[in-house]
Amino acid sequence: MDSRLKRVVGSAAVAQTSAVALAGAPIGLIDLEKRFDNVGAVLGLSLDIRAGEFITLLGPSGSGKTTTLMMIAGFETPSAGEITIDGRSIVATPPYRRDIGMVFQSYALFPHMTVAENIGFPLRQRRAPAATIRAEVDRALEMVRMPGYGARYPRQLSGGQQQRVALARAVVFHPRVLLMDEPLGALDKQLRDSMQLEIRRLHTELGITFVYVTHDQEEALVMSDRIAVMDAGRLEQIGSPEELYDRPANRFVASFIGESNFLSAIAVGTEDGVAWSDVCGQRIGAAAAAAPLGAAVTLAVRPERLAFADGPQDGAARINMLRAVVRDIVFVGETTRTVVEAEDGTMLVVKQLSRAGPRRHAPGDPVLLRWAVEDTLVV
Amino acid sequence: MSEAVLATPLRSARAPGRDWLLRAALVGPLVAWMIAFYALPVVAMLLRSVAEPHWTLDNLLRLGTDGVAMHVFLITFRTAAIVTIATAVIGYPVAFALAQMSRAWANPLLLLILLPFWTSVLVRTYAWMVLLGRSGVLNELLRWLGLIDQPMRILNTSLAVYVAMTHILLPYMILPTYSVLLEIDHTLPRAAAGLGATPFGVLRQVWLPLSMPGAAAGAMLVFVLSLGFFITPALVGGPRDMMVALLIQQQVDLVNWPFASALSAALLLVTLLVLAMVHRLLGLERVLRGGRR
Repeated sequence: MDSRLKRVVGSAAVAQTSAVALAGAPIGLIDLEKRFDNVGAVLGLSLDIRAGEFITLLGPSGSGKTTTLMMIAGFETPSAGEITIDGRSIVATPPYRRDIGMVFQSYALFPHMTVAENIGFPLRQRRAPAATIRAEVDRALEMVRMPGYGARYPRQLSGGQQQRVALARAVVFHPRVLLMDEPLGALDKQLRDSMQLEIRRLHTELGITFVYVTHDQEEALVMSDRIAVMDAGRLEQIGSPEELYDRPANRFVASFIGESNFLSAIAVGTEDGVAWSDVCGQRIGAAAAAAPLGAAVTLAVRPERLAFADGPQDGAARINMLRAVVRDIVFVGETTRTVVEAEDGTMLVVKQLSRAGPRRHAPGDPVLLRWAVEDTLVV
Repeated sequence: MSEAVLATPLRSARAPGRDWLLRAALVGPLVAWMIAFYALPVVAMLLRSVAEPHWTLDNLLRLGTDGVAMHVFLITFRTAAIVTIATAVIGYPVAFALAQMSRAWANPLLLLILLPFWTSVLVRTYAWMVLLGRSGVLNELLRWLGLIDQPMRILNTSLAVYVAMTHILLPYMILPTYSVLLEIDHTLPRAAAGLGATPFGVLRQVWLPLSMPGAAAGAMLVFVLSLGFFITPALVGGPRDMMVALLIQQQVDLVNWPFASALSAALLLVTLLVLAMVHRLLGLERVLRGGRR
């Protein structure tokens, strides 16, 4: 309590130094489990969240990402496992003593309080002097670019403004961790895009640990330092956005982050670090560890990495080729998606930048697909 | 907020005078019934206070000078206030606990709270007479426990009136409070705790202010109903617990219709004043709708 008060009181005067001293805290999740009526929501989750990083828990609904966030905040008690902040267990600490900022999808602004009273709420709980509260509230309003809105009530604000106020309220007491539960879920696309950049800016400015929950992979890719992909209560993969996109660890991650075409293949051998396999009688190479000879494997290729070859003659050493037939052509604005069918009946999508002029292909045309060995993954 | 958004296009799409007839046909019978069997008799009854035996204000003026009438009004108000406070103190925690429970638990408990509504007030009052009487359940129990030697006089005291009326009126406090508590977004207390509010702080700063319209609606109902209570104070109260309704009945028995009418007029006026006060403080339409904006 004392140190928190000092932090709040002192921060107004020495904002610059406090920003450094109060940088984010590391969070540790160790074999974390949560069961509701014996149904597992989170199953043995271990995660090391670095001090000051922007980490996103990404997954479909029911993947356990929100439950995990609620356990960090203290609104759910883990069935097993450990949560640490700064290396100290917080499982037994009630939420009101955890000093963690939280932004809810529904904003959760107090409707009976003005914007200034809402933002000042966490400071009042910490018994900060009135003058400090006033200064901190003004500073927080400025930080979310809403100076002068203090006297309004939440219902007089737009959704985007309410979310900014919720953000200001969550960081005004200088927590070292900020949790966000799908905070942009209720906003329209344009507002979401600008708020994403705003939240990133806030993260850089504050330097504290952000734990962000979303089911929107694009949002996760745009904002995060690292993304933890979750499914059915388990961690599927953790890594930077580029790592997850270029080297998904499994089929779930490959399909959940970005789009992927999947091909069924039989492993036929490895040579010069290229794992070769057979797809419809054609040799397809992938940059991956060898699979046992004759094993069935699944290959993944991103739609935008596929191209149409003019003829078999341009088949260089590290280029894969596959015969297919055009089934459908879909114009999506800046890109055009061509759906083709491989000889084994697998449907593949080729994504290209749209061009003016007549279409190159028509449904029924035989085509030759080409793509780099490096763009082929074994999942 | 969403209500307003939805209602606007619907309303503007409708031609203004088109369905006037339909509305009149729907509301008309009720209005006619109320005028014929409620408004007219009330007006006629109130008129007797100034029209009998001849046009005069004596009956109304007597209210201010008659010591008994003044005293009875005072007792009525005091009783109503005490019962309102008692129902709030007992009812709010019950409503709060119900609102925290899962529906599977709350619904059967709500049924228990509603159960007394299906028995007549008279029966419930007699039940209290049995409980509080000289050889009633309470006295027998206390004597058996050795806490008292002589039976206490509880029945026919003010305390008996407060206890019985509080019991009878409790559902009127619990139900509106409960319905408003249920509508409070449950992420709000969560957010408050996350921002550093202790459990008591959450109660004081979030639950209480947000449920105030419901509690106010309940308090208003209990207070207004208390003002007109008749049977219960008559049966379990003592001679000094005479409330206005009882006095009116006495005057009617004495065939003093003009004064009974004047007392009724005063009671009606006081009730309207209470409603006006609630309206000034909280906005009556908001209280009646259970706090929804």
